[in-house]
Amino acid sequence: MMEHLSLSHFLVVGGLLFCFGLMTVLTRRNAVAMLMGIELILNGANVNLVAFNHYVAGGMSGQIFALFVIVLAAAEAAVGLAIILAIYQMIRTIDTANIASLRQ
Amino acid sequence: MPTNLVVFYLFALAAVVGAAGVPMSKNIFWSAMGLLSALVGVAGLYVLLSADFLAVTQLLVYIGGVLVLIIFAVMLTSQIKEIEVSNQNVGLVSGAILFALTGTLLCFVAIWAPWKVVLLQSHETTTDIGNGLLGAWLLPFEVTSVVLLATLIGAIVVARKEIKED
Repeated sequence: MMEHLSLSHFLVVGGLLFCFGLMTVLTRRNAVAMLMGIELILNGANVNLVAFNHYVAGGMSGQIFALFVIVLAAAEAAVGLAIILAIYQMIRTIDTANIASLRQ
Repeated sequence: MPTNLVVFYLFALAAVVGAAGVPMSKNIFWSAMGLLSALVGVAGLYVLLSADFLAVTQLLVYIGGVLVLIIFAVMLTSQIKEIEVSNQNVGLVSGAILFALTGTLLCFVAIWAPWKVVLLQSHETTTDIGNGLLGAWLLPFEVTSVVLLATLIGAIVVARKEIKED
């Protein structure tokens, strides 16, 4: 089963990327590092989409979906980093434990 | 071992080792470099899945755009002298436990589920993607352009310096 390149190979890589991204989002305090984790999660999902498109579904739908995910990830990164930079200008830190002024 | 399997393991190693570096490295700059390795590895996997257009898009948009933005943000927001503590971890134990659980589950499903694999002809994809974007997927394509415009305006408004009236 493992001597030929198969769907499972790609699914395992996608799953591992997703898990590392999840771990990054949950354990990091730095907001930029959390954004990196989100990028990893989206990439893991994208690998799965393209792998299923190649091995199971055929056609183009998986690849076009992956294309939309890439575009939305780029938009999300731009807005997220703009928010982080605005927060940094205001309170000189991006540690998510210290950004608590809404709580008071 | 067939050649495409060797190439697959090379790119998969780059992707997984880079992704592992993102949550584990002490320095946030090395996290960004790990993300670079992961993105290059994923682009290689796209080539192996005969998604050539998507691989080039991955290189252009992610590495040429998103990663440069992230490195900009890293440089702008962490002071060099305290870069060692710029990337703290909290709850590493619970994170590792969660990683083990979800990783085992996903790998188990990926390997043992009876996927209905069909052998498909691989062909050049750019023409089909272009036809699809202007045919069946025209509405999401147009909505995406509106989203990009909103992102452009929103990012400029949020990130600019506040001009005080007084």
